[in-house]
Amino acid sequence: MSAHVPIPTLRALVSVWAALIVLTGTTVGVSFLELGEWNVVVALLIALFKASLVAWVFMGIRHSNAMTRLFCVAGLVWLCIMMFITFSDYTTRGWTYQAQPWSHPKAGGSH
Amino acid sequence: MADATVPVSHEPTAEETHLRHHFANSAQQTDASTLGMWTFLITEVLFFGGMFMAYAIYRATFPDAFASTSEYMNVILGGTNTAVLICSSLTMVLAVRAAQLSSRKGLILFLILTMIFGTIFLVIKGFEYTDKWREHLVPGFNFHYAPAQFEHNAQILFFLYFCMTGMHAVHMIVGLGLLTFLIVQAQRRVFNANYFAPVEMIGLYWHFVDIVWIFLFPLLYLIGHRT
Repeated sequence: MSAHVPIPTLRALVSVWAALIVLTGTTVGVSFLELGEWNVVVALLIALFKASLVAWVFMGIRHSNAMTRLFCVAGLVWLCIMMFITFSDYTTRGWTYQAQPWSHPKAGGSH
Repeated sequence: MADATVPVSHEPTAEETHLRHHFANSAQQTDASTLGMWTFLITEVLFFGGMFMAYAIYRATFPDAFASTSEYMNVILGGTNTAVLICSSLTMVLAVRAAQLSSRKGLILFLILTMIFGTIFLVIKGFEYTDKWREHLVPGFNFHYAPAQFEHNAQILFFLYFCMTGMHAVHMIVGLGLLTFLIVQAQRRVFNANYFAPVEMIGLYWHFVDIVWIFLFPLLYLIGHRT
């Protein structure tokens, strides 16, 4: 990236650092609020935003080429595939078969 | 048949000594390094992702037991460590910037600062692990948990805590080794405004390790509601 990438300004880097510190304080602050199920959602959204800031500015995704961006997104897509398939197993283990009105009479196995 | 357009091979100039012969130019070489580093980071995302997956399943299965463990997590130390890592990411990116500006002194200074922040993180982590041992919260070896009904299920969280923060700490230690390598290289005047790809690539690794911690902190320290 020697020649074709602009040198980041100090101002941009320090702003991102300040934003990350403030968001860390925010995520601790939010943990004191009673939001029930939403506590973890807010915490993860803040973490996702912080991670995006680090990737976008510190890791230079904002100046990187399309191929590098594609690889970055591919990592997240594969992570989502793993989560989706695993949860589709764990969340449905309690489900048992029940004969429905439209089921074939012999499919249930009972007479 | 002589072809005038065939490029004549030449001895590399002083600025080009870093260029490997199989690359056309510096830009292509750096693009290849960047793509390779991101490919490695994808494997790291999935490596840590497996542990986050296990965490998600057990937290969804035993929400009350997991929430009860936040009593035993030191948010002050965890939060401080988050800030320390964010500072180390800033000094890392400033080190890359110093290399871009051909400032050898700046590069070495910021690499050393990054190492100092990384070491502070590990020392604080060490104090936390010591506390966990004293409070009998190390699963398997000396686990004793006060809300007795959660003894078994809370142990799962502490097992995940040590696995995830432990693997994260191993990555930090590897990072410190890589930074040492960079400082030695910088001392030898290897880097300049035309060539600093190793600083940039190790920077990518360092920021990735920071991102892992950004997710670990709320998920391990801030599960239960605090009052």
